[in-house]
Amino acid sequence: MFYREAGDFKTSYAADNHTFPIAFDRFRYFAVLFVAFLVIPFIINDYWEKSILIPFLVWSIAAIGLNILTGYCGQVSLGTGGFMAVGAYACYKIMTGIPEIPFFFTVLLSGGVTAAVGVMFGLPSLRIKGFYLAVATLAAQFFLVWLFNKWEWAYNYSASGQITATTREALPGVVVTGPTAEPWATYLFCLVFAFGLAWVARNLTRGRMGREWMAIRDMDIAAEIIGVNPLKAKLTAFAVSSFFVGVAGALYFSVWQGAAEPTEAFGINQSFRVLFMIIIGGLGSIFGSFAGAAFIVLLPVLLKNVLVGWLGWPTDLAVHFEFMILGGLIVMFLIVEPHGLAQLWRILKEKLRLWPFPH
Amino acid sequence: MTPTFLYTIEVILNGLMTGIMYSLVALGFVLIFKASGIFNYAQGVMALFAAMTLVGLQKGQVPFAHLINAVFGTDYHHFGWELNSFIAIILTVVVMLAFAWAVERYVLKHLVNQEPILLFMATIGLAFFMEGFGDLMWNSEIKRLDVGIPSGGSFWWEDVTRTWAAEEHADDYFGMYIDVLDVWAAIIAAILVVSLTLFSQYTKTGRALRAVADDHQAALSVGISLRFIWVAVWAIAGLVALVAGIMWGAKSGVQFSLSLIALKALPVLILGGFTSIPGAIVGGLIIGVGEKLFEFAIGPMIGGATENWFAYVLALAFLVFRPQGLFGDKIIERV
Repeated sequence: MFYREAGDFKTSYAADNHTFPIAFDRFRYFAVLFVAFLVIPFIINDYWEKSILIPFLVWSIAAIGLNILTGYCGQVSLGTGGFMAVGAYACYKIMTGIPEIPFFFTVLLSGGVTAAVGVMFGLPSLRIKGFYLAVATLAAQFFLVWLFNKWEWAYNYSASGQITATTREALPGVVVTGPTAEPWATYLFCLVFAFGLAWVARNLTRGRMGREWMAIRDMDIAAEIIGVNPLKAKLTAFAVSSFFVGVAGALYFSVWQGAAEPTEAFGINQSFRVLFMIIIGGLGSIFGSFAGAAFIVLLPVLLKNVLVGWLGWPTDLAVHFEFMILGGLIVMFLIVEPHGLAQLWRILKEKLRLWPFPH
Repeated sequence: MTPTFLYTIEVILNGLMTGIMYSLVALGFVLIFKASGIFNYAQGVMALFAAMTLVGLQKGQVPFAHLINAVFGTDYHHFGWELNSFIAIILTVVVMLAFAWAVERYVLKHLVNQEPILLFMATIGLAFFMEGFGDLMWNSEIKRLDVGIPSGGSFWWEDVTRTWAAEEHADDYFGMYIDVLDVWAAIIAAILVVSLTLFSQYTKTGRALRAVADDHQAALSVGISLRFIWVAVWAIAGLVALVAGIMWGAKSGVQFSLSLIALKALPVLILGGFTSIPGAIVGGLIIGVGEKLFEFAIGPMIGGATENWFAYVLALAFLVFRPQGLFGDKIIERV
């Protein structure tokens, strides 16, 4: 019924290589983009912006970044929080130091700075693997957070040690940071980044670079023997991944929170949060990164509404339950469906192809 | 002797003591890793949970009191009795045994033969679950733990060391500070290591344990029950977690930061090697002394609080030169 490829003839190589080969899928993709770009900006309000949509977009970007490193290249990283901090502080320094640069490029530049730092911490990955590497990335996490606590230049010698975003415009007259920013403007600004970066990631992973990453993930020694350069593959994965995470950190600080201090905002828990997103969403899937981010953003909101709103329980109980449910779900997903929500979606699509027939 | 020299000795001594505390946590990791190849991230949370349970039982707290009160509108908090430390410890051991059984039954059984990194992520999930569960059961307040281990500075040692200072400094040197609790921790750690070694050398279960550690399939084929061994290993790791929880809880209170000590055990393991019990001890000592000395010598120059990251960076630098650790088995890779 849906997802039928009958009558969908490909007449060129380009058409054969389409990201969404099935016409219905393509139509759905454009429908989602239409709603995201042209419907939501007109109906968005403050609550939806600050507690659901912007968190979703920012975490999606971070999740895509970690998914490139962990899901596609197989290098587990627990340093996501630290790299987000690099993006945020780079953004802050560029914002306040060189205000002439348009804000859009400020965010991209912060991603670039993070990519450089990421490559530096990625260098040990050439010697060490698996959870040894996970511990090495923990070094990045703790060192970077400590650095941004102690290095006064990074927060412009402010007395509180906090960084606060100044008011900046994305286009003339469209304020996206600071207290005067409109919900639709910040939403669209993040959406442009999320869409653009997801597009880049999807196409990178389909190409030569992505295949090299996956070869390294599946078996690094075998990949090396068939001619994949592990140095290049691993470091590009670290660079691209950190770029994404850095952009997410910059948006997290400037557009979403407006202010940040390193210990809370970029602690080890944020690293785990992003890791959970890609486990639940699906390792090695761009759609999975979005699904996982949506899941992790919506779960606390849902629990709070049900437990605190309906049942009238105290908030701390809801928080304890959130931990339990999150941990339980991680274990359950790893046991039942290690490929996460993305795999469930694939199975659903297969079923829909045949529907209403059983075979 | 000059005061600076004496201060350095004091720093090293305190570093050794802290290192032993790290080793205690690292021991639990090594045990589970050797027997099942699982890198158990939840070890720190297990220590926290064990300490919470112990305090809860001692003080006669009602389990899940908060939840019960929220659902039924009642107001229970305590049963009104105080348990003897010894009985409380026995009961906590029972709880940890039940926990080991549950982990095997509901998690590990379903994850046999999976990749190590997947199992590692599963234990992160387990850690989150236990954190929420522990808080739900015994509430998340910071608690004092007291099972009768003496603590506080040792005056005797202070008086002895005071006399070591050279004549001209005698007036401005006041002796070294050493916490009695740390000394006890060192003694208990030593007893633990000796008894674990004896257990694995001379008992039937211990031999089975070592067989499983060597080769899962070969052990299965000679009739060793893998499932029983896993329960046993997790139970032992639970006991080690209880000891670590008691020591750390007595030192700095039972609170969430206890579970972060588990993270500190990771660099300890990298240094010592994941498969070696002596390695865990030596690694812990090196990390403990290293971070205290670094903080003492270089810390003031770069803003202090370097203990947060020094261990990890040391491990990182070490990994580049010797990925298998000081005492670990050589890593052999095949296609």
